[in-house]
Amino acid sequence: MAARLMQGNEACVEGALAAGCRFFAGYPITPSSEIAELLSRRLPQVGGYFIQMEDEIASIAAVIGASVGGVKAMTATSGPGFSLMQENIGYAAMAEIPCVIVNVQRTGPSTGLPTKPAQGDVMQARWGTHGDHPIIVLSPSSVMETFLLTVRAFNLSEKYRSPVILLMDEVVGHMRERVELPPPESLEITNRVAAHVPPEWYFPFEDPSTDVPPLAPFGEGYRYHITGLFHDRAGFPTERVDEIDAWIARAFGRIEQHRQDIISYEEDVPAGSRVLVVAYGATARSARHAVKLARAKRYKVGFLKLETIWPFPEEATERLARQCKRVIVPEMNLGQLALEVERVVGRQKVRRVNLANGEMITPQQILAAIEEK
Amino acid sequence: MRRYEENRMYRYLRRHKKFPNVWCPGCGIGIVMGALIRAIDRLGWEKDDIAMVSGIGCSGRMPVYMDFNTMHTTHGRALAFATGLKMVKPKMHVIAIMGDGDVLAIGGNHFIHAARRNIGITSIVINNSIYGMTGGQYSPTTPTGSLATTAPYGNIDQPFPICELAIAAGATFVARGTVYHAVELDRLIEKALLHEGFSVVEAVSYCHTTFGRINKLGTAVDMLRWQKENSVTREAAAKMTPEQLQGKIVRGIFHEREFPEYTAAYAKIVEQAMAAQRKA
Repeated sequence: MAARLMQGNEACVEGALAAGCRFFAGYPITPSSEIAELLSRRLPQVGGYFIQMEDEIASIAAVIGASVGGVKAMTATSGPGFSLMQENIGYAAMAEIPCVIVNVQRTGPSTGLPTKPAQGDVMQARWGTHGDHPIIVLSPSSVMETFLLTVRAFNLSEKYRSPVILLMDEVVGHMRERVELPPPESLEITNRVAAHVPPEWYFPFEDPSTDVPPLAPFGEGYRYHITGLFHDRAGFPTERVDEIDAWIARAFGRIEQHRQDIISYEEDVPAGSRVLVVAYGATARSARHAVKLARAKRYKVGFLKLETIWPFPEEATERLARQCKRVIVPEMNLGQLALEVERVVGRQKVRRVNLANGEMITPQQILAAIEEK
Repeated sequence: MRRYEENRMYRYLRRHKKFPNVWCPGCGIGIVMGALIRAIDRLGWEKDDIAMVSGIGCSGRMPVYMDFNTMHTTHGRALAFATGLKMVKPKMHVIAIMGDGDVLAIGGNHFIHAARRNIGITSIVINNSIYGMTGGQYSPTTPTGSLATTAPYGNIDQPFPICELAIAAGATFVARGTVYHAVELDRLIEKALLHEGFSVVEAVSYCHTTFGRINKLGTAVDMLRWQKENSVTREAAAKMTPEQLQGKIVRGIFHEREFPEYTAAYAKIVEQAMAAQRKA
């Protein structure tokens, strides 16, 4: 495909369409609105469905409803809308309905700074809905990566029957870069597994051959029940401890046991590195430049750019931090993913670089942290 | 066993599933479920083609027992989930079962907007004037002056008139029945199911366990008898004075009009966009 100048939000749309997304429900909110605007035009062209709902709660609900109908579905929002979606994200986790939720982060809390970037929703993406639940969260740092990670978000969502959150930020969403999208046939696209047994043998929440049971779309002969209550293998409400424990074990197990498949990152840690910079999202851009500047000054610096942030890539972080004396974690928040890095490598090693006032963290700020003794 | 096979009710119930049901003995929700089954049975629809979506509350449990494609969603959101499903499965018969607190309080926004879109969903609103499952707190349809566990001095809110609200919001079929008039109720539901567009049937029920007890209205039978004695058909109501109509439940079809159904209108957009795309 020809190279072109593309906005991050536009790349998200291209990625979604390439991944097979055919349903979008959303509510206008800066800085994510371009995604809805573009999809309202593009989806009908490919026989897909677009609907602007009355609020974000309805948007994620409609997305789950459409996914139950067998269609790959997503919504896009920003902080305030993401907060409103939390209850139904939990429903998708409980009922194991694939869907993609894009959050183009802006500065919060509350209305905050609607047109300024932040990375303040890292913990909300992990723990925003009530109760323990498994979740997958990806965070892109460039326009091209937004395209690729949107495709990946759909693939993981379909493969593991889980809601997947794409945590963008205002910088990545609104900036324009030259990109050359890969030809569609070169992309690996995952579709959910179809039910392969006769309806009378079908259990939507248990399959002896896999920890991700097939999800039959409504209206195709498999009449079953979906609920946000704890349920048995057939989907009916239960309070039996053995059935509840079985759900917990399987729901968490399917993410935990496939960490290698779910987790992606980019490492550039030369042997002998003394300092490791761990970054994600727009901040990874400043971090990469800071590492370059530091190396020019002969500092031995390694760089770990995270693409998957939940489940947290603890193996990679631990492995790469082992040889380093200090680990620097720059984030546009007051220290959220740093808590995970600290958990893995120990608090003494970690130096946080934080900014939550709507400004981007500059390479110089990260360089200063690298140069500290 | 023979009787079991012959009874049409059982054709639509998940016979091996969770019976007895969660509802209190004497509850009106079962009567609504029966009316719905009779209506569907008369239409002869395939069970595979029917989706039943509910929210939270006593009414929210109905889909568990019904042998359709069933989804018990979050509180108030049944219509929003149903909207997504109906969009991608426009040929499915999507029925939303909701309670008064569910659809008018926490889900009020979704109710008026689903009506405004005129999306082809049949909404059955089971109105028992109270939050039953949580223990009798006042709901958006609790009459002014009535007692509730959160209105120990009497409710000062005015109740939502469900049918008038639905009409004002754009619903294209609106009717009201009571659980006492069960046969009439299934006729109303049948008409609603056949309607192309957003249809609303307010099924006036009662909660003898909470509302009835705290307001000293007697047993379930007493509350059913009250419905019999205090409701009139739309035709009869037309001949009554406002004073005579005070406190009466009016039954019948209040609104029926033709307007493009949402998924049909959207299908035209898709057709247009795809044609333009082919040309380009």
